[in-house]
Amino acid sequence: MHMHGGIGESIKRKEDGRFLHGKGNYIDDINLPGMLHMAILRSPHAHARIRSIDTTAAAANPGVIAVVTGELMAQHKLAWMPTLSYDTQAVLATDKVRFQGQEVAAVIAETKYQAEDARDLIVVDYDILPAVIDPEGAKAAGAPVIRDDKPEKKDNHIYHWESGDQAATQAAFAKADKVVRLHTFYPRCHPAPMETCGIVADVNGVTGKATIYLTSQAPHLHRTVFALVAGLPEENLRFVSPDIGGGFGNKVPVYPGYVVATAASLLIGRPVKWIEDRTENLISTGFARDFHMTGDLALDKDGRITALRVHLDSDNGAFFADAQPTKFKAGLFHIVTGSYDIPTAHVTADGYYTNKAPGGVAYRCSFRVTEASYLIERLITNAALEIGMDQAEFRRKNFIKKEQMPYHSATGWVYDSGDYDKAMDVALEKLGYDELKKDVEARRKKGEVTGIGIASFTEVVGAGHGKDYDLLGVAMFDSAELRVHPTGKALLRMGTKSQGQGHETTFAQIVAEELGIPAADVLVEEGDTDTAPYGLGTYASRSTPVAGAATAMVSRKLRDKARKIAAHLMEAAEEDLEWERGRFYVKGSPDKGKTIQELSFAAYSTNLPEGMEAGLEGVHYYDPPNMTFPYGTYAVVVDIDKGTGQVKVRRMVAVDDCGVRINPMIVEGQIHGGLAEGYGIAFMELITFDQEGNCIGSNFMDYLLPTAWETPKFELGETVTPSPHHPLGAKGVGESPTVGSPAAYVNAVIDALSPYGVKNIDMPVTSDKVWAALRAAGVTE
Amino acid sequence: MFPAAFDYRAPASLAEAVDILRQRGDDAKVMAGGQSLIPLLKLRFSQPGLIVDIGRLPNLAGVSRQNGHLHVRALTRHVDIERSHELKGLLPILPEAAHWIADPLVRNRGTIGGSLAHADPSGDWGSVMLALDADLVAHSKAGERVIHAADFFQGPFTTALRPDEVLTEIRIPLGSGRSGGSYQKLERKIGDFATVGVAVQVELDGGKVKRAGIGMTSVGDKNLKAVQAEATLAGKEPTDEVIAEAATLAAAAAEPKSDIRGSADYKKDVVRVFVQRGLRSAVARAREEGK
Amino acid sequence: MNVTMKVNGVEHTADVEPRVLLVDYIRTNLRLTGTHVGCDTSSCGACTVLIDGEPVKSCTQLAVQVNGRSISTVEGLSAGAAMTPIQTGFHEEHGLQCGFCTPGMMMVGTALLETNPDPSEEDIRWAISGNICRCTGYMNIVKAIQHAAAAQRAAAQAPKPEAVTAGGGQ
Repeated sequence: MHMHGGIGESIKRKEDGRFLHGKGNYIDDINLPGMLHMAILRSPHAHARIRSIDTTAAAANPGVIAVVTGELMAQHKLAWMPTLSYDTQAVLATDKVRFQGQEVAAVIAETKYQAEDARDLIVVDYDILPAVIDPEGAKAAGAPVIRDDKPEKKDNHIYHWESGDQAATQAAFAKADKVVRLHTFYPRCHPAPMETCGIVADVNGVTGKATIYLTSQAPHLHRTVFALVAGLPEENLRFVSPDIGGGFGNKVPVYPGYVVATAASLLIGRPVKWIEDRTENLISTGFARDFHMTGDLALDKDGRITALRVHLDSDNGAFFADAQPTKFKAGLFHIVTGSYDIPTAHVTADGYYTNKAPGGVAYRCSFRVTEASYLIERLITNAALEIGMDQAEFRRKNFIKKEQMPYHSATGWVYDSGDYDKAMDVALEKLGYDELKKDVEARRKKGEVTGIGIASFTEVVGAGHGKDYDLLGVAMFDSAELRVHPTGKALLRMGTKSQGQGHETTFAQIVAEELGIPAADVLVEEGDTDTAPYGLGTYASRSTPVAGAATAMVSRKLRDKARKIAAHLMEAAEEDLEWERGRFYVKGSPDKGKTIQELSFAAYSTNLPEGMEAGLEGVHYYDPPNMTFPYGTYAVVVDIDKGTGQVKVRRMVAVDDCGVRINPMIVEGQIHGGLAEGYGIAFMELITFDQEGNCIGSNFMDYLLPTAWETPKFELGETVTPSPHHPLGAKGVGESPTVGSPAAYVNAVIDALSPYGVKNIDMPVTSDKVWAALRAAGVTE
Repeated sequence: MFPAAFDYRAPASLAEAVDILRQRGDDAKVMAGGQSLIPLLKLRFSQPGLIVDIGRLPNLAGVSRQNGHLHVRALTRHVDIERSHELKGLLPILPEAAHWIADPLVRNRGTIGGSLAHADPSGDWGSVMLALDADLVAHSKAGERVIHAADFFQGPFTTALRPDEVLTEIRIPLGSGRSGGSYQKLERKIGDFATVGVAVQVELDGGKVKRAGIGMTSVGDKNLKAVQAEATLAGKEPTDEVIAEAATLAAAAAEPKSDIRGSADYKKDVVRVFVQRGLRSAVARAREEGK
Repeated sequence: MNVTMKVNGVEHTADVEPRVLLVDYIRTNLRLTGTHVGCDTSSCGACTVLIDGEPVKSCTQLAVQVNGRSISTVEGLSAGAAMTPIQTGFHEEHGLQCGFCTPGMMMVGTALLETNPDPSEEDIRWAISGNICRCTGYMNIVKAIQHAAAAQRAAAQAPKPEAVTAGGGQ
């Protein structure tokens, strides 16, 4: 069956072929003539002064071309680099190491085995210093100052940030009939895509042109950063993101390894490849979360929320390297009022340095929306349990109603659209909620431990409007350039970069819808900064809201030109032409028309209207007028083994509303993936540290990812409430499932343990924690 | 991420293998499937001068019944034990334990002998052999030596094997009465080591327990045998009270450490729960067998 | 030292250090980059190939261990653009997103269907429990393998063309 491939069609993916035949072109598949291999030596200590580094033996080892230290980088003013949060980060340590795993030196050799052999021979003499492993330690009197590289820095505080109305919120709490508090920790976890980060830097000393292949979710931004940092002329920099084996935000920051490899290639005059191993990926690259949050809900006697107050301490690691829009030090956390009509709110956030890897904004978080959504959905369920109201009913009582859209939230958001009751209806129907609750009661009477958890999240994506959203001063528009060839086929290039989201298919579908060229005839390219129009990349679910809009707009531009050509060819007035997907015809004479393919050829022919430029191509840079607000209701049913504390997810129902779905199959795939990641986050994923700052969770034996055996089956549902300001009505969906699901999973466990008075278990909810809660309540097998 | 350099020999016979070990045993590591050794080599936690690959030696894989014993050759792969219909009938605790080792890919290469010789305190087979009162047969240039399971495991990654010996066979007494066993493993996910593992094997005579074996994984610096718990069951009818008593004794004998998988108290309680469940299950299976 | 093995049906001989991992031999010496490296603790299965028809983590084998054996990688599944039922299943059921774990998943699926032509969902989830995926949440990978199983069963049951009998023009 031939599908045109317009919006709403679940056409199969155009990009599958190369992956199915093992012909994907990932960074480690790239091999250039004369290419060298780099291995990085990392600090074993969380906090230590460097007394000396001896590279003699390493440099003399077979196959070694060079050994690079911070001292050498400093000579080229590259020992430090700017971060995406306007801080600085060490490229190779000079004075001190500030987290276990920090980059100290690099070996460049003929083979990777030789590079690793030589790396083992570098001798570093350290003076170990006490380590700071959390915000509490960072704030403590007498805490070591981690960033003593900044002369004026006397403490470990990074930022203070506020949103909302303190006075109004305080007043509301003063008269509240009930206050529900939750203190919770969203632990450090990691996006852990299956492919680690890497680079092949090829700086041609003769031509001055540098071709940098790297795992980048935002190649244009990285090119600009490199131009600024390394002083390399930007026109001579070509950044190419090849196929990327998963990003999830891990491949947005600029990592020291990238800078060292590029510098090495420049100095040596040969291509240099650096592919990190999994331990390096987990111990040093952009982690996620690590937020200590306290939330208070003020309620009136009818169970209506009158105010929300939140304070959070953010653990940012040794350098403030969050990849987030400049204005928002705690990302978009202030979406924390979520799906609820809360008249007043106040959020305060403080960020701290610790002796841990830098980062925090990653792992499908929508710029910290995961943290916010987790807090509010846990608070809501706890409040419901506390006042004895059903979780769903309490939510409905406080939902923003669809008549209130566009909704102005207490922290300044303008929600575009949403019908939260409808998503809840669909979810509860799918769940068979009423029957299920009776079943839960019956099982509890038999002594079983079982529960239901609900989360009704609203999140915010599509960064973003230029006035408010920038990364290092570059506004967060995005772009699409469309060229239609004389034979009616097309080439579409965007400023985004897929890491598995299916852009080669879904964006072709937008062109198919708007311009009528079948998706099969539209070739989509991303990732090469020499050819793609400037864009800010793919993360924070922004591709569909921003680049998707740009694609629709440029398609419409070309359609407008095609209309003019059609009018000319058919000797009719433009207003007398009707458009049906792929064809203009004269009103009243549907047989008399011109297909887009005929018009494409005409655009290059002698048959153009007087004065019209040849060609059928254009580019659009889209500045979104607002963010978009996907939402949904998720529900989880769990059964708990009283003897071992193990939690089994019996059912997981997920109803999402991401507006118009371009390719439903791809949307569902995204949701499955995010729900599985949410499951991992809720139950097993953890990076933690001992008192010395040793990282536990720096390999896949300690950082646990769920297999197909543990991962539950997901039952999906949908509602469709278009975004009124998006050209296609689409909102973006990639992160919704990771944003919304952890609270659903944890709420189910809390509900199951609520008969025993348990109010909170921090993630990951491991069997030993559940066991401890049960035993504390006297429940045993 | 890549091993340091080493010499490598793949002897054609067991005689050749033990000859090499006689000369270089102190600096050599014997490798069967490689599923425990190679990860250590890659992280450079182990840097032997010589690897002796016995993975393809003939006549060292397979299971046979001899003189009331089950003989399991050392290079028998986990997957072959897992899938064996014969063993599911004869000694189901073996395929049950094999099923939960590591993951399916590891089980296609890992061997029972390799796993036992590696002696990870979190290894599953060790507890099973303790519960079965197995004998482990070592071969060297000096000949054959039979080591009782209870004497075999001496500490973390330390066995009674000498550097010049190769483990060639495991001999498991099959008992005369009706038997039943079970292996339970609490793991955080497939592929993780056990948080707690418990092997139980029970032989009934009439309505009473003739012999009980209980082995425990990940709750000490080696696989542990719950000797007191076993003794309390012997000669008794396996009532709920008797089983509960044995479970309590086994938990007391466990020496777990508090770590990321849970507190020592947690692990001890899981031992208690698993011994309880395991004994009930083993007894029920033994009674079934007799019918 | 010398190592000889059959790779996707073709014999290869090379001189490698004993410490060279099979996955590095495949990717670097043989230049077959469809087999991927995802971790350093033998925990993820991205490197899965078939050794004598059985799925094994190629990062946890030395090339020299495989001397004299036969291995199959994703490149050997089909020639050119043709697709095996497994590859078709993954395409039809959207069983891949970033594609990095996919070769390993497909090799396991291929081997599974050799011994179990009608696997249940549980059988499939158990068989791939040594292979981690971060993108798909496994739902569509299960469907992909079920799709392949159904296609293979249908092909096996398809009526064979009738033999032409001797004598009598037909």
